[in-house]
Amino acid sequence: MTPADIPGVAASAAGPAGRASVSSGATGGSAAPLDGLAGAGTPPAICTVGLGKRFGSVTALRSLDLQVPAGSIFGFLGPNGAGKTTTLRLLTGLAHATQGTGTVDGIPIGAGDGRLQRRIGYLDQDPRFYGWMRGSELLEMVARLHGLPGTEARRRTAEVLELVGLVDAARRRIGTYSSGMRQRLGIGQAIVNRPSVLFLDEPVSSLDPEGRRDVLEIIERLRGTATVVLSTHILTDVERVCDRVAILNYGSLVIEAPMDELLERHALPVYRIDPEPGQPDALARLTNALRGQPWVRDLRVEHGLLRVFVRDPAVAGPALLPVLAGTGVTLASFERARPSLEDVFLHLVANGDRPMGDTPSSWPEHPDQARIER
Amino acid sequence: MSGFGLLLRKELLEQTRTMRLYVVAIVFALFAIVSPLTAKYLPDIVKALAGTQVSLVGLIPTPTVGDAVDQFLKNLTQFGVLIAILLAMGTVAGEKDRGTAAFILTKPVSRGAFLAAKLVAISGTLLVSTAVAGILGYYYTAVLFEPLPALGYAAMCALLWLSLVVFAALTFLGSTLTSSSAAGAGIGVLFLVVTGIVSALPTVGPYMPEMLAGPARALALGQGSDDVVGPVAVNVAIALAAGGLAWLAFRRQEV
Repeated sequence: MTPADIPGVAASAAGPAGRASVSSGATGGSAAPLDGLAGAGTPPAICTVGLGKRFGSVTALRSLDLQVPAGSIFGFLGPNGAGKTTTLRLLTGLAHATQGTGTVDGIPIGAGDGRLQRRIGYLDQDPRFYGWMRGSELLEMVARLHGLPGTEARRRTAEVLELVGLVDAARRRIGTYSSGMRQRLGIGQAIVNRPSVLFLDEPVSSLDPEGRRDVLEIIERLRGTATVVLSTHILTDVERVCDRVAILNYGSLVIEAPMDELLERHALPVYRIDPEPGQPDALARLTNALRGQPWVRDLRVEHGLLRVFVRDPAVAGPALLPVLAGTGVTLASFERARPSLEDVFLHLVANGDRPMGDTPSSWPEHPDQARIER
Repeated sequence: MSGFGLLLRKELLEQTRTMRLYVVAIVFALFAIVSPLTAKYLPDIVKALAGTQVSLVGLIPTPTVGDAVDQFLKNLTQFGVLIAILLAMGTVAGEKDRGTAAFILTKPVSRGAFLAAKLVAISGTLLVSTAVAGILGYYYTAVLFEPLPALGYAAMCALLWLSLVVFAALTFLGSTLTSSSAAGAGIGVLFLVVTGIVSALPTVGPYMPEMLAGPARALALGQGSDDVVGPVAVNVAIALAAGGLAWLAFRRQEV
């Protein structure tokens, strides 16, 4: 199998559509330049080659080849124990790779001379700070550790406190903060130095809906100015803010692709047709016309909504619109059903024993069937 | 040593905010006050308790200023060492365990600065506490017995401080090698036992931290001490070696 055989993993051999540049150690492929967000010639913010980590006999991460375009918001997904946190710890220099190499913003991850730490921000999945310290003191200390002089550090601290909504609690000891407030403070300390690359490990896990929305807004505001690597289980958040997504399972990369491409690639072979109400004759003509088409596998009408299950979307797509036009039915909407990121995630992760061999044709043909199987 | 100044500031602030500095200083102060008092009034106490058993009272010699110094050194070496171990046992292991070490080490600070700031802060707390104890001990000794040479008494306190720093540094090494404060303390106690055994040996014994009490007593009583330079140099070397080994271990450690 070559990288081009893998859905969502199209190396340069995959032709013009080859936007992603990921390969797995299992395939022995090598990373190729991106033509993603950063554009040709722009070095990736993160680049790993064969990066791996073993803890004794346990392989936490196996041969990860990954390139994250500069300026992107990169969703890092996977079930518990998939290797996400290990990857982030390797990239931030907190852990040492047992194989492979990597760079973050052009700096080798094992440099150990502080250059990497000056360019990054990092939020741990369970952020812990000094309980005796005040929120504002912690942020100011971090700002000064990053080299900001006193006045500038205080100004930036005030700015960040405002941004993360902790102005009122700035003078309180961190030991009195709720877990949500600690999470906000964690995000604050991660962005206080205006990092080039921001690693966020479960940044919204302790937040209420309002806090979650605020944090996602902060992340969105960083788009284009910083590269954000967002590890989370909340897939709707990833779907909302991320440009690209990588899914890990059992320490291996399952897939990496731009979000749109990923969802498009896994689009179900179903079209949803929503006619305007009050046209029963036209609707009858339409259902009759569709039933006579060789590419239609099944047809359902529920509450005035038509669902057309097709055998091959490549054939059905171009053929469907002329049929619709011929019946004279007026449409409120017409779309090919797209799966949510959660659908894609669950489908890919459920096949964890063969992460690199999945193809779109292995998807259940019927959405109801898919729902039952999940 | 990138970030050392800021980290030291943070460590010193932590010593005061968590009350560690005050608690240790108060405990040291209490021992410093109690030591000359005990030396002075122990015979009277025994006499009062013994009642008519005059023969027992006669066995207790008249207290001298030397007894006050001995009592001071005995109390502060015994309890001071335990406090030094308590101070150092969780300083690195605790931060690794709580996750605050990971938070700091993703900032542009060197691991050497991270460790050095902690060791210097612990040494600072012990220094302030020993100084407080020294001032109070000197005053009470002067009031209850006789004034001693101030420089000699200060030299005694300096040697006492050095011996405590050595045990703190050895425990600090233990705390760096492990991820548990209890294990760090265990290693500190192990070093205490080992140096205690070694101090009984004729050749190397005088160079162990426990044995600094000998020249310290002589200096306090104005008797001078010819054999202080070697033990001081060795103890400084032990403390620096412990710090250096901690750095070597921590340099590649995953937190």
